[in-house]
Amino acid sequence: MQAYIMAFLVGGLICVVGQLLMDLTSLTPAHILVLFVVLGGILSAVGLYQPLVDIGGAGATVPLPGFGHTLVSSTFEEINNSGFLGIFSGALKGAAVGITVAVVFGFTMAVLFNPKG
Amino acid sequence: MSLNDSGYKNQQFNQRYQKMYEQVKPKPPLVQNLVGAFVVGGLICTVGQVFQNYFLAMNLSVKSASAMTTAVMIFLGALFTGLGVYDELGRRAGAGSTVPITGFANSIVAPAMEFKREGYVLGVGAKLFVIAGPVIVYGLLTSVVTGFIYWLIH
Repeated sequence: MQAYIMAFLVGGLICVVGQLLMDLTSLTPAHILVLFVVLGGILSAVGLYQPLVDIGGAGATVPLPGFGHTLVSSTFEEINNSGFLGIFSGALKGAAVGITVAVVFGFTMAVLFNPKG
Repeated sequence: MSLNDSGYKNQQFNQRYQKMYEQVKPKPPLVQNLVGAFVVGGLICTVGQVFQNYFLAMNLSVKSASAMTTAVMIFLGALFTGLGVYDELGRRAGAGSTVPITGFANSIVAPAMEFKREGYVLGVGAKLFVIAGPVIVYGLLTSVVTGFIYWLIH
């Protein structure tokens, strides 16, 4: 039960940060998504995102900064395993499932459905 | 002369109109938006946690369980965008529906669906990446730059 509460709190708070940016700045949702992935990646690189994942579980992995964390943490892991080449192979290895699923189901749904109105 | 004159009057009118508009324009109800984003974003992540726990209970590793959870959440975001439900939710939830990975799926399906009439290559195929493209570009740049620094240090 506690895992669900923590996921709710951490995930909710990350979205509140996004909402503040939306309402108080002129950033578009696209800018915020890009910003969050980059921020998540940087926080991951300096070792601050993994603790958030340990606390919030899906509350930290489901929001977009979690995608940045996946990219950077799997890059570091690949560098540990295969050295220099890992800089270029790690990120996509880690994000392979997410990107492929997004393209396949994104395409399928766009073909199957039509916009409302 | 008279043309210039009317141009000046026009400009004056526009300025006055702009001022009036700024005064009466509805301010975004910030607190209400923040609560909406918190609740909806929190709930989406809680759904993610349900799948995460389910996959962990199936004896998947943490990494595989996270990947499966991401896959399911993307599928659901894409499906509900197709059904027209997700954008309805977004009108109320703002960032609460944009920031989770389901919003990333929404940003892929919505423009692809919208531009389907431009064909399957330049319509669907290209517009899938209108927002996902920049996200992947900057995400990869971040991981290569931080990865290079990490490689230098270790």
